[in-house]
Amino acid sequence: MEPSDHLFRRESGRMVATLTRIFGVHNLAMAEDVVQDAFCRALEVWKFHGVPENPSAWLMATAKNRALDILRRERTARTFAPELGRMLDSEWTLAPTVEELFGEPAIHDGQLRMMFSCCHPRLPEEAQVALMLHILCGFSVDELAGAFVSSHAAIEKRISRAKKVLAGSKRLFDVSGQSGLSARLPAVQRALYLLFNEGYHGASAESAVRAELCREAMRLTALLLDHALAATPATRALSALMCFHAARLPARVDAAGDLRPLFEQDRSRWDVNLIAEGQTQLDLSATGPELTEYHAEAAIAWVHTTAHGFEDTDWRMIVSLYDQLMAIHPSPVVALNRAIAIAQREGPQRGLEEIRAIANSDRLAGYPFYHAALGEFEFRSGRHEVAREHFLNALAFVRNPMGRRFIEQRMGACKVGSPVG
Amino acid sequence: MSEFVFLYRGGESGRSPERAQQSMQKWMAWLKELGQNGHVKDQGQPLERTGKLVKGKQKTVTDGPFPETKDIVGGYTLIEARDLAQAVELSKGCPILDVDGVVEVRPVMKMNV
Repeated sequence: MEPSDHLFRRESGRMVATLTRIFGVHNLAMAEDVVQDAFCRALEVWKFHGVPENPSAWLMATAKNRALDILRRERTARTFAPELGRMLDSEWTLAPTVEELFGEPAIHDGQLRMMFSCCHPRLPEEAQVALMLHILCGFSVDELAGAFVSSHAAIEKRISRAKKVLAGSKRLFDVSGQSGLSARLPAVQRALYLLFNEGYHGASAESAVRAELCREAMRLTALLLDHALAATPATRALSALMCFHAARLPARVDAAGDLRPLFEQDRSRWDVNLIAEGQTQLDLSATGPELTEYHAEAAIAWVHTTAHGFEDTDWRMIVSLYDQLMAIHPSPVVALNRAIAIAQREGPQRGLEEIRAIANSDRLAGYPFYHAALGEFEFRSGRHEVAREHFLNALAFVRNPMGRRFIEQRMGACKVGSPVG
Repeated sequence: MSEFVFLYRGGESGRSPERAQQSMQKWMAWLKELGQNGHVKDQGQPLERTGKLVKGKQKTVTDGPFPETKDIVGGYTLIEARDLAQAVELSKGCPILDVDGVVEVRPVMKMNV
């Protein structure tokens, strides 16, 4: 039997979270060592004897036994999780306590605690995202450096600083209390949103890596959905948003590995199951008084999925949703997307006017889609020379090779294409 | 056909879960291929990296781990090959070589010399 793809990486997060809950967050490094040890054992034993029937249970049992050894050996010399109090002190309570924490509901809970702990308010958002990927998704420093197109040293530093903050927080975040959880939930949602976006638009050259980031963001969001207090309308909207975007992933890249913008995508390749799941979550998200940016973004993505073709898209609806989004969470990027939607309905000239009217548009100077949109509208207005200049600017900021090829193709069109109206 | 023992020494599996899994999959593929080609007499066993050393007439018992990690035998496989040259050739596919490990190829002594 072959182990499933990324089995170790996925189990890594479950094991570290569970062990940290037992050892205490100050002993995070110890938990990581035990996990490393379990992988070494699996490697040694499985390669000779084959993969066991239930590899995940095998790894968990190995980690559990190792944890019990450590607890018995070091309980007098060390302090473990303060939450568990004296439960680890006596042999009568030690084994049942550890057994329970290695049960499926507790493992689930442990991952949630870790997720909330990673979103510590003292950590910048990018560190929260990196820490979640490292601890809960088992990404190594090298893999993170690859995903974020950063140096090993820079990521190493970011992770070790973040771990220090985490280890200094005394105990893992308690996800059973309503008020504490509600206060930190927006930060968790935001980190998951950023993680998903990094996958969708990220810098990594490999689209496989980026699709994995999207999948991990969705897996972690699913953990929130399974928790009564965390499954708020905003969490459901976030989940819907991810489903609708992920549904388009198969059509986003064509057979030649080139990026296909929304207006050129083969919509028959959109994932209907994900669209259905997104719709379910979007319906469930409409239950409260709260209207978040995730609601508006999910609704926009939903409108796109309901159109048979780019031309059939309900742009009036999309523009009005962008207006709402601007009211909830104004940003130059949202304003740019709104301008693009207006151009689809009222022509490229209107698009250009709207882009020029964006407040703080200087903040878009390093954003490739800003220059690409200007280029596109100038191109459609027949001003190919101006368009070329804008595409050239876009090229300077584009973050992955696929995006680069796309912009280059548009520039190529400027040379040979005949002026449009 | 002659018999040989492959002794696997050292080899760092890497800190990353993904790497560890890839390494394991390479091992399994390699051993499977050897088996399919009729070269595996006994797949062998992994060995714990700790244990005891018993020494001398005094029968002094000391604890592992042993001094040099790179020298520790982590497992063995009993191989069938035409001759030493072929056994060596077969050992070159071992994934331990990618991670600074060593395969020791030792002919099993025959009864009838």
